[in-house]
Amino acid sequence: MTDSFLNTLLPQLASGAAHTHALGFAFEGLKGDRVRMRVPYREDLIGDPETGILAGGLVTTLLDHVGGLAVWVTLGTFRPVATLDLRVDYMRAATPGRDLLAEARCYRLTRNLAFVRAWAFEDDPTDPVAAAQSAYMVSAEGDHRPGANLKSRRTTEGAA
Amino acid sequence: MTSSLLDSLPYARFLNLQTQINGDEITVVMPFADRLIGNPMLPALHGGATAALLEMAAMAQVSLTYPRLRLPRPINVTVAYLRSGRPVDVFARARINKAGRRVAHVVAEAWQDARHEPIAALTAHFLLDPDETPPA
Repeated sequence: MTDSFLNTLLPQLASGAAHTHALGFAFEGLKGDRVRMRVPYREDLIGDPETGILAGGLVTTLLDHVGGLAVWVTLGTFRPVATLDLRVDYMRAATPGRDLLAEARCYRLTRNLAFVRAWAFEDDPTDPVAAAQSAYMVSAEGDHRPGANLKSRRTTEGAA
Repeated sequence: MTSSLLDSLPYARFLNLQTQINGDEITVVMPFADRLIGNPMLPALHGGATAALLEMAAMAQVSLTYPRLRLPRPINVTVAYLRSGRPVDVFARARINKAGRRVAHVVAEAWQDARHEPIAALTAHFLLDPDETPPA
């Protein structure tokens, strides 16, 4: 794994896309093969205005994204990945007013698939707000890339 | 008023979710915006935005069918990603499979051009009991 990947590309992959930038996602660093991200608490990310608790959909997005980072950490490089499925258990409400952290680990990587577990918490990973288990498709070199269905139909039909 | 449920939720407003009610069925629309892009190279929508749309559509449908004092709270959600989300509007519709006194099981699908070509599918449990919070 190169330094430029860890120091430059990985933080960009955490927050560089338009959606993750709009949500305020930030790279928090690595601990061994575990990668961490943070989403600073913001009022427009609240799911329930009566309680001020961050939206479940935001937590899902955070866990999906940190899981993708964990795949790249395990690959040691960037390759297109696409979430295949994602299960999130919401164990308790997030504490209003506090940033949410997420940590993920890719515990199995095959040629085409990566299996990841991830947690969201305020400061103690053993007291999670939510936990996720997810699978990602990993494109091999020169493989049929994720998002191939985005090609125009004309191109696809022309090739058939 | 359930028609304004998502209008009252900050994160639904952040995603600019629009609600269409037809009888007892809700369709939620997430209009395309640049800030929904998760993969700028394709480009494709962030899967998290689609998941949030599906979860909100499920909540809105449960709230319409079973009005309660409190919002239905997600216990767990499973999202299957079937196709990459293209940079156009996304629609979502949910169906309640089973609703007991405390828990509802809901499935939902999101699509873009064609209803029969979903880009993602959700299976979820929601807590309905107005007095109970998810276990700490």
